[in-house]
Amino acid sequence: MRKLALPEEVLLQIEQPARYIGNEFNSVVKDKEKVALRGAFLFPDVYEIGMSHLGIQILYDMFNKREDMWCERVYSPWPDLDRVMREQNIPLFGLESQEPVKNEDFLFITLQYEMCYTNVLQALDLAGIPLHAVERTDEDPIVIGGGPCTYNPEPIAPFFDLFYIGEGEVVYDQLFDTYLENKKNGGTRLDFLKKACQIPGIYVPQFYEVTYHEDGTVAAFTPSIPEAPEKIKKQLVMDMTEATYPEKPVVPFIKATQDRVVLEIQRGCIRGCRFCQAGMVYRPTRERDVEKLKELATHMLRNTGHDEISLSSLSSSDYSHLPELVNYLIDSCPEKGVNISLPSLRIDAFSLDVMSKVQDIKKSSLTFAPEAGSQRMRNVINKGLTEEVILDGAGKAFEGGWNKVKLYFMLGLPTETEDDIKGIAHLAEKIAERYYEIPKDQRNGKCQITASSSFFIPKPFTPFQWAPMNTEREFLDKAAIVKAEVRAQLNQKSIRYIYHEADISLLEGFLARGDRKCAEVIEKAYRKGAIFDAWSEYFRKDAWEEAFAETGIDVSFYACRKRSTDEILPWDFLDIGVTKKFLIREWERAQKETVTPNCKMQCSGCGAKSFGGGVCYENQN
Amino acid sequence: MKIRIKFAKTGVMKFVGHLDVMRYFQKAIRRAELPIAYSEGFSPHMLLSFASPLGVGISSTGEYFDMVLAEDMKTDEIVKRLNATMVEGMEVLSARHVPDGKASKAMSLVAGADYLVQFREGKMPEINLETKVPEFFALPQIEIMRKTKRSEKLTDIRPWIYDMKAKKSGVWMQLSTGSVSNLKPELVMEAFCKWCGVELPPFAYTILREEVYADIGTEEERKLVPLEALGEEVE
Repeated sequence: MRKLALPEEVLLQIEQPARYIGNEFNSVVKDKEKVALRGAFLFPDVYEIGMSHLGIQILYDMFNKREDMWCERVYSPWPDLDRVMREQNIPLFGLESQEPVKNEDFLFITLQYEMCYTNVLQALDLAGIPLHAVERTDEDPIVIGGGPCTYNPEPIAPFFDLFYIGEGEVVYDQLFDTYLENKKNGGTRLDFLKKACQIPGIYVPQFYEVTYHEDGTVAAFTPSIPEAPEKIKKQLVMDMTEATYPEKPVVPFIKATQDRVVLEIQRGCIRGCRFCQAGMVYRPTRERDVEKLKELATHMLRNTGHDEISLSSLSSSDYSHLPELVNYLIDSCPEKGVNISLPSLRIDAFSLDVMSKVQDIKKSSLTFAPEAGSQRMRNVINKGLTEEVILDGAGKAFEGGWNKVKLYFMLGLPTETEDDIKGIAHLAEKIAERYYEIPKDQRNGKCQITASSSFFIPKPFTPFQWAPMNTEREFLDKAAIVKAEVRAQLNQKSIRYIYHEADISLLEGFLARGDRKCAEVIEKAYRKGAIFDAWSEYFRKDAWEEAFAETGIDVSFYACRKRSTDEILPWDFLDIGVTKKFLIREWERAQKETVTPNCKMQCSGCGAKSFGGGVCYENQN
Repeated sequence: MKIRIKFAKTGVMKFVGHLDVMRYFQKAIRRAELPIAYSEGFSPHMLLSFASPLGVGISSTGEYFDMVLAEDMKTDEIVKRLNATMVEGMEVLSARHVPDGKASKAMSLVAGADYLVQFREGKMPEINLETKVPEFFALPQIEIMRKTKRSEKLTDIRPWIYDMKAKKSGVWMQLSTGSVSNLKPELVMEAFCKWCGVELPPFAYTILREEVYADIGTEEERKLVPLEALGEEVE
C-alpha cells in the first residue's frame, strides 16, 4: 500500500479524505532516486477547485515529460485539516510522493485570483518554508509564482523567490537547466536567482528597490543589481498547435468543479473590453489548429474516460473553425455517451442550433453578459453587444423553447450614472416582454430571468487601471437602486436580481492594484487567521480590518483613488506587449464613449503585434 | 448481456467513498472501451448497478457491480481490459455473465457479508478472544440501542449475526446485509466489547469486507452463495 502522509485516524476525521491521498488515474509517480529535479505545483485553494484548472494540468504534464524531473501536485488543506496539521506538526506534502514539500527543489504556485493570497501563506507556513524569500536558505525550495495575478505581483512580492511572467510553456526548461547547472557548479540560492533573473520573463523581486513619494505613490522602481533587467517581458506561446498539451490529464476520484475534458481552442480575445485583464494580457489572440483539436479530443476522452468535453477560450464564438469543430464533436461524442458543454458562446442562430442538439432545453439556461445596462455604458466599456442583438438572440431562443435567461452585469463602472444603473432592470424587463410576446399556447410557462451583478474591480494592464473603484457604501446603494427598479417593472415576478458581496470585492480591488507595502497587510491578516478568503463562509472581515488598522494602510488609497496617467504604477516594469500609450488612448476613448473595433475588424495598434504572430498577422493583404 | 464484476478496493482506495467509486468505474469502463449499454432518454446513463455500498475507511476484497453490455464479450477479456486501466488499490477479480431473471439483480439479492475486524497495532483490548467470541456468539439475545432516523430503540441484533469466530488479531463475522436487515460490523464490535466490559479507544481496528452473498435458500433455511457464483464465465 502507498504510504500516506496523514495518519488514518486523521483521514477518517476530516471531510473528503480523497483530497489528500493522490493515486488518481494518470497521476505521475516516479522513482525519486532517478530524477535530478523535483517540484510541487500548488493551487492555493481546495482540491476540487484546483483540480479543475487547466494551466496546472498543462505544466504538470510538461514538467513530467522531462525524464530528469518529477513534478507533483498540492492543494490547500481545508480548514479542518489545516487545524489538525498545525496541532500535530504534519508538514504540507505532495500528493504523489506524500513527502514534505519542503524537500522539493521548486514550489510552483499558480495565482489565479487575489483572494487566494492568504492561502499562499498558509501553504508556505504549513510546509515549514519561511514566508519571506530573503529568509530562505539552500534547504528551502525555490518558490515561484505564475498566472494572471503576476501581472501585478507587488503585493505578494516579498513571499516569492521569483515570478514567471507569461505563459508557462516557454522558458521553464531554460530555468530548470539553469538550476541544474548552478547546482552542479556548487552555486548557492543567490547565485541561481542572479542567473534566473537574466532569463526573459523571470522577475526576482528581491533584486529591485522601490521608493515612494510622500503621498504614497511610487517614486522609482529600480534594479538593485546589474544582472537584473529594468523591464520584464511577458512570455508567449506563438505556435499554439505545436505547443505541448496534456493528452492524459489527471482524473480525480472526487467530483471536481470541472469534471470533464477541457479543450483549449485558442488563447487571447479579439474583443478588447476595457475592464477585462485577460483580454489585454493574453494578446494577441492565437488559435489552435482544428485538426489538432479533433485529435486531442479523441485522445483525451479515451485516456480519461470523462463523459463530458468542454471548449475553453475567452470567447469561443470568435474561433474561426468553431462550426467544424462543434459538428465533429456532435457527430462523434454522443454514441460514446459523452456530453458536450459550450461555455462563452455568443447567442445567435448557430449557437442556438448547436445548443438545441447538445443540451436539454427545458433544463438549460441562456447566458448573456451585457456587463452594463445601458448602451452608453456598454460603449464606455467597449462591450460590443447591443440591446438589439440581445433581444434578437433571446427572442430566437424563446421561440426555440428556452425560458431561462441569465444576465451578467457590473456595477460601479467608470462614468456610471443612475440611468445606467437602472438600465439593468430595464434590459431584464425588455427581455421578459419579448418572452410574453409569444402566444400563450406556444410558450413554456413563465420565463425566469436572473440578473446578477458583480462590482467592478479595476485591474492592472487594462484601460481602466487608472479608474477609481466605488466604496462599499456606493456599491450597496447602487445594488439597492437596481433592486428597487426591478421591483417597479411590469414583469418583476419573472425577474430575479442578485449581487456579489461588496466587502470582498473591495479587498480584491485593494490586492489587485496594491504595491509592495501591501504585503504587510496580507501577512498580518493571515497571522490573525484569514485563510480561504474567497469562501464567504470563511472570510474573516475582522482579521483584515485589524490588519489594516495595525499597519495604517488605507484600502481606499489603492482601490478607490483616481490615478493620474503620469503616475508610476506598481506594475509598470512589466512589458506585456500592449503599450501604456494604447491603454491611455483607450482610457480616453472610454470617457468619450467611443467604441474601438475588435482585432479582426481593424488593428488598433495596441502593441501586441510585436510578438510577431496570432491574429495580428491573419488575413493580411 | 449482463455482466457481474467482482472487485477489490484496498490500500488508499478505502478513503474513496461509494459514489466516487461508482464514478471511477464509469470512467474506467469508458477507458477500457467496453461496449456498455446506455439508458434511453435525453441524458443517457450507463446501465450499471452496485451492490451494497461500503463505508469510507473500509477495505474490501468482495465488492460487486452489474453492468449491461450491448455486445457479447469474453469474460476474461473484460477482466483484462478493466485491469489495464485500474489505479493501485483497485483490482477486478472476476467477470461473470449472469442470466436474466432472479440472479441478475445484484442490489436486491444481497443478503449477507463476511467481515474481518483486525485490531491495530497496540490497540488490542484485554479480551481473550478465543473464549469470549464463541461465548458471545452463543448468547440467545444481544440487545443494543440502535439509532434509527427518528429515535433510538432497543434492538436484538443476534438473529442478524450468522457466524462469528476469533482470529489471531481480531474477529471474523458473517452478518446480515442488504435491504431487509443491514447490520454493520462496527455495531457488533460495540456490543461485543460492551459485553466484555471493555471500552475501546477510537480507531482501534480496521475492517475488511471479504465477500458479499446472495441467499438462494428457502424461508426456513438460509443458503448463502457469493454473488459471483450466480454467474458463469463466458469463453
